Amino acid sequence: MADLHIHTCLSPCADVEMSPLRIAEEARRKRLEILGVCDHNSAENAAAVAEAAGRLGIRVLPGMEITSREEVHILALFEELEAALSMQAEIYAHLAGENDETVFGPQIIADAEDGVTGFCPKLLLNAAALPLEGVVDRIRSRNGLAIAAHADRESFGLLGQLGFIPEGLALDALEISAHLSTAEARERYGPAWPLIRSSDAHALRDIGRATTSFALETAALGEIRMALGGIGGRHILS
Amino acid sequence: MKFSDLANRLGLTPHQSQGRSDIEVSGAYTGDLLSDVMAYSREKNVWVTCQTHENIVAVAKLKNLAAIILVNSRRPDEATLRRAQEESILLYATSDTAFIMTGRLYTLLNSGTL
Repeated sequence: MADLHIHTCLSPCADVEMSPLRIAEEARRKRLEILGVCDHNSAENAAAVAEAAGRLGIRVLPGMEITSREEVHILALFEELEAALSMQAEIYAHLAGENDETVFGPQIIADAEDGVTGFCPKLLLNAAALPLEGVVDRIRSRNGLAIAAHADRESFGLLGQLGFIPEGLALDALEISAHLSTAEARERYGPAWPLIRSSDAHALRDIGRATTSFALETAALGEIRMALGGIGGRHILS
Repeated sequence: MKFSDLANRLGLTPHQSQGRSDIEVSGAYTGDLLSDVMAYSREKNVWVTCQTHENIVAVAKLKNLAAIILVNSRRPDEATLRRAQEESILLYATSDTAFIMTGRLYTLLNSGTL
């Protein structure tokens, strides 16, 4: 069972309690096996959550929730931390502005023991100066998964911002909310798109509120990619 | 008012001017959420936006809009321009903000009365 979209205390809009240790404990309590750490435009806490959750046998996929120039949110998930950090460098190079904690909230960088190691100065809630297609291309060139976050939500969702899915956009899946049934999503977006559900948790209690169950051999990104494509016996269970 | 007259009077910069420039404009709509524009814009409206993604051309075609005006001197994406040429969708730009452009359009289309 996977929750592929959670935030940490690095996201200015997330609760301060979203620290690596506490996230790991909450994920164990909810019996999650795979977590995707997707802070806004940054992966600086992914390693700490991976270490803390790894000790409890939970696999963490390092990622980011990237805001494209069109203000569409795209989840980028990677197998390796290096790929996530390389994507982060690319996004940082296209991300203007400095965070004002008093307006947006603090952007806390933490270690795996919940120690505060720093504050990210970038304006993480800003949009990167990269078009949607450019964001997706950069994720895929790093062997990552590109998923339209909360695709059915009006604010920052792909369909709300751009009306419909651009032709030829190389997405791996759509993340849909609890407001939409799978049947409704298939009718609305076409039968071809793999659909996932995740919590988009900004607070501890919300972790695992929505999840996707996959039939996989191992808890690896490549396995999830196969499940999304329905390849080699891997598939989405629910 | 014909769109060509409107473009002249507003000093718009053409990016793609091949198409129905003699169309009689029915009004205008301002918005950057394409789902909202699809829901509320009306036929032959001029559309004021800062979105430059190629989906704007499809929305203009779908809703039979008169033209698209990009604000803040934004340039259309390459794919957007190509698609606008293929579909003969009028695509212009202005250095005005969305507020100013919308106000000027409102004034012109309502003969200066509020």
